[in-house]
Amino acid sequence: MKLLSRPKSVGRDLSLLAVARAHRRGLGRLTLSFLILFVAVFSANAQSAVIGSKKFTESYVLGEIAKRTLNDAGVPAEHRQGIGGTIILWQALRGGQVDAYPEYTGTIAQEILKTDRKLSLNEIREALEKFEVGATEPLGFNNTYALVMRRSEAERLGLHAISDLRNHPELKIGLTHEFLDRQDGWQPLRARYGLPQQNVIGIDHALGYAALKNGSIDVKDAYSTDAKIADYDLVTLEDDLQFFPRYDAVFLYRLSLPASTITALRKLEGTLEETRMIRLNAEAERTRNYARAANLYFQGGTGSTTAAGESFWHKLTRWTLRHLELAGFSLLLAVIVGIPLGIIASRGGPTGHAILGFASVVQTIPSLALLALLVPVPFFGISVRTAIAALFLYGLLPIVRNTASGLQDIPRSLRESAVALGLSPMARLWQIYLPMASRSILAGIKTSAVINIGTATLAALIGAGGLGEPILSGLNLNDHITILEGAIPAALLALLVQWGFDLLDRVPTGILPVGFILAGTDACLPHRLGSLCSVRALEA
Amino acid sequence: MSALVQFVDVSKRYANAPALHSTNLAIERGKTTVLIGPSGCGKSTLLRLIIGLITPDSGTIAFDGSQITPANIDTLRRRIGYVIQEGGLFPHLTARANILLMARYLEKSQDEMRTRLLELCELTRFSGNLLSRYPIELSGGQRQRVSLMRALMLSPELLLLDEPLGALDPLVRASLQKELKEIFTRLRQTTLFVTHDLAEAAYFGDEIVLMNEGHIVQQGSLVDLREKPVSDFVSEFINSQRALVFT
Repeated sequence: MKLLSRPKSVGRDLSLLAVARAHRRGLGRLTLSFLILFVAVFSANAQSAVIGSKKFTESYVLGEIAKRTLNDAGVPAEHRQGIGGTIILWQALRGGQVDAYPEYTGTIAQEILKTDRKLSLNEIREALEKFEVGATEPLGFNNTYALVMRRSEAERLGLHAISDLRNHPELKIGLTHEFLDRQDGWQPLRARYGLPQQNVIGIDHALGYAALKNGSIDVKDAYSTDAKIADYDLVTLEDDLQFFPRYDAVFLYRLSLPASTITALRKLEGTLEETRMIRLNAEAERTRNYARAANLYFQGGTGSTTAAGESFWHKLTRWTLRHLELAGFSLLLAVIVGIPLGIIASRGGPTGHAILGFASVVQTIPSLALLALLVPVPFFGISVRTAIAALFLYGLLPIVRNTASGLQDIPRSLRESAVALGLSPMARLWQIYLPMASRSILAGIKTSAVINIGTATLAALIGAGGLGEPILSGLNLNDHITILEGAIPAALLALLVQWGFDLLDRVPTGILPVGFILAGTDACLPHRLGSLCSVRALEA
Repeated sequence: MSALVQFVDVSKRYANAPALHSTNLAIERGKTTVLIGPSGCGKSTLLRLIIGLITPDSGTIAFDGSQITPANIDTLRRRIGYVIQEGGLFPHLTARANILLMARYLEKSQDEMRTRLLELCELTRFSGNLLSRYPIELSGGQRQRVSLMRALMLSPELLLLDEPLGALDPLVRASLQKELKEIFTRLRQTTLFVTHDLAEAAYFGDEIVLMNEGHIVQQGSLVDLREKPVSDFVSEFINSQRALVFT
């Protein structure tokens, strides 16, 4: 009862409570199982402007600066950091889940407007207008792509420019996945320079630096303002054929934003020359704190309030609550949908096989791919909804499968006894079959819960927050402590959930008589014929 | 008085083989009819046809004058008690909940249920203290008593017993046989009893129906079967178990 009253005391969404109540009525004891981890925390972020950023340091810093600038101008703003790559952010901007994010002119032309021509900023603005999107003037620096190498290696081989690479086909190249696929990326670059290297792999940007340092790769792509170039003592190879277009940083924003917001955002124009940006990036990487780097921008300038650094425990609470919201709500949905599907699947036949097949196929889709597939769908976009939908789909299979097998494992003699007594099909299901399968169903829910706790860390990829947030930024900063700040609580949470379910499984008779079920059937019925029979076949 | 159950030209095939060839049979009221025969002879099939766990491929079965159809089967099931070898008790329900399951489903009054439960405990010599136990906590004999009480709860017109004592050890079995016989006599219960044991058939059966390979081979008293066997199979079946029955 204490558990039930909890969401109310937090003062959250009433409809959610109604769902929980209706569900409880229906499934009785089973419901207890996920109420344990289901803490409804629908945070109501009012009408504040949402700044997005891509998953790399500079974008984080720019996002943080924009947020502070808006706040200073009296516009409430939040920063959803590291949402993903260009396309995801662009979709989010058009879908209205993000109001503004930092972008580069070269990327806008190539990736968003899909043109090979070099466009002026005015041409870009004109083209963006039909998407209801505007662009600020350049912020002041050109962050173009560059190829980088270890300084020692470059000096040893005497390499200065990209064309020098032609003579060294043995060099191993590691590139970000985005660069590998971009229209202004690896393929045309290789064609333009006639590069012979065959050993090219795709690798995460942050991990690529580590790989470069330890010699796993020799050349990688980088952004020219990347502070890591100095940190790792790397050299930039000169783009001697002027292959890379200009990448002037601007902010893209929705034209529907209030004028005051746009005006505030435009205060950033021309305030960030290249050396300053490199310094901010370096500060972010050195202190492992984007807010701190953003402070540096405001110092001696616009006279801002210093961003109150969020305490670790406060952040941890926020991440954990969001994590539980993601995992709990998706689990709730998976239970509500999965058990009826499992009941249908237990009857076998084409429908049953189709259901189990569908649930299994969903399980095999990599979670990143599933998120990417859902993002362009109108209702979803960059939101908590998308993460919950993906987690729901992942949570489905264990519940469907365990419900189906739990029902099919009921010995035939007991099914027949229920039929022979004259109970109606519904009464048989509710009073006999489901209680007898409850242990198996509970085990399925437990599996789903643990999977969802783990998978929910990926929700941070689309800016849905949770304990994946520190993992992602830690990965980006190559900072193991930050990674552990997310990874350890996530692991503990998974253990806690597992432990909670195990406890539930041992609750004595009266409250939850499932403990007797398995033992009971095993003892009185040595021949378990039931698994081969379907409900339908026996009730003809 | 007409027969309680009447089979007319009933046949049943399973996927691979015929289980029951065209069969006619009448189950008389107030008597215990025993179906006997080797494994797979079709005796359980007959029982399962009556309770509607399977439906006949051809022919009709009438219960108390009305034909059994999918529409009336659930109502008819409540007028029939069914006990199987393993008891068929639901492991998640206590003995009491198992017995009262249907009565509660049909929303009988508390008083009625309490009275009937006491009657049944007395009838089956089952200690009331054990009613709150789960099936796993009861012995084999106790489980069969509970199963019998569940079958008798709604005072059925017909009691179907499918090898009810088959899983019990010999001592328990012997004492339960005696009690069952007393109960049937006392209730004047119409009973259809399936067994493969001739001694048991002889002990219970007012009428013995001997079956083989989906046919009724011979029907009558044990003496009829012994003195006037209609085929070699009957003599062989009787002789194979003779030592047990006639000594």
